[in-house]
Amino acid sequence: MSESTPATQAAPAKDEAILVKEAKGGSYEAFEELVNRYEKKIYRLGLNITGSPEDAEDVLQETFLKAYQHLPEFREDSRFYTWVVRIGVNEGLMKLRRRRSDKSVPLDDQVDEEGTVKPREFTDWKPNPEQLLAQSELKTILDNAARALPTTFRTVFFLRDVEGLSTAETAELLGLTESAVKARLFRARLQLREDLSKVFKRGSN
Amino acid sequence: MRCTKVIQELSNYLDGDIDETLKQELCTHLSKCDHCQVVFDTTRKTIELYCDGALYPLPDDVRNRLHAFIRRKCQPQRT
Repeated sequence: MSESTPATQAAPAKDEAILVKEAKGGSYEAFEELVNRYEKKIYRLGLNITGSPEDAEDVLQETFLKAYQHLPEFREDSRFYTWVVRIGVNEGLMKLRRRRSDKSVPLDDQVDEEGTVKPREFTDWKPNPEQLLAQSELKTILDNAARALPTTFRTVFFLRDVEGLSTAETAELLGLTESAVKARLFRARLQLREDLSKVFKRGSN
Repeated sequence: MRCTKVIQELSNYLDGDIDETLKQELCTHLSKCDHCQVVFDTTRKTIELYCDGALYPLPDDVRNRLHAFIRRKCQPQRT
């Protein structure tokens, strides 16, 4: 969203489908161009899932290595980006499982899809609260709120709202039904809003 | 329409995933209910804050190591 392609560019970007064909045909340069296009997004995805810069770097490297190794299996009727994100999500979740293996924390958070979510904060926010904070301070606030969410809520939120995947794509990627994705997204959005409201509401310090 | 119903539909409303009749009912409710309007506005702002790509830049050293890694692992050896 914030990384959308500018309307005017010095040179037209090569069509992704052509790059994929060339990469499948053995062009390393074409593959590297695909890496260039999505490396920022995959790094951000790794950070958002694992919460650790070290793990995010591992996710980044392993994702593109696996993408290269499995490129012959990529079916060109789907988006390359979605396919790479799928690999990235799996790598990120695997990192979390390894890290939590001694704590037996399940990743498939149970959620009552019919349960109600009740907002408690009704005070409007200060205008442009992000401009009142140093970037590092804002990042800490956002990270802490995201970390407080169950893993699948957080992952659904980032895939849908930050990476811009559709409900159907997110559902397929995480092995959830579309209604389960919507329920988790709804709760994630409201929970994050609730936490951020405590910091950003008018009258707060 | 009650506030509880409005909140339940808020996420779908943000995604444009509701029919026109329901959308009209929501708009009417929001124009009269400050609490629901605040929840709607601040939820939308929450999403905007997380979408700020500048918060999660890819550091140059991480990028350099990525490219060295995939070059080592993936680039065909030239003889």
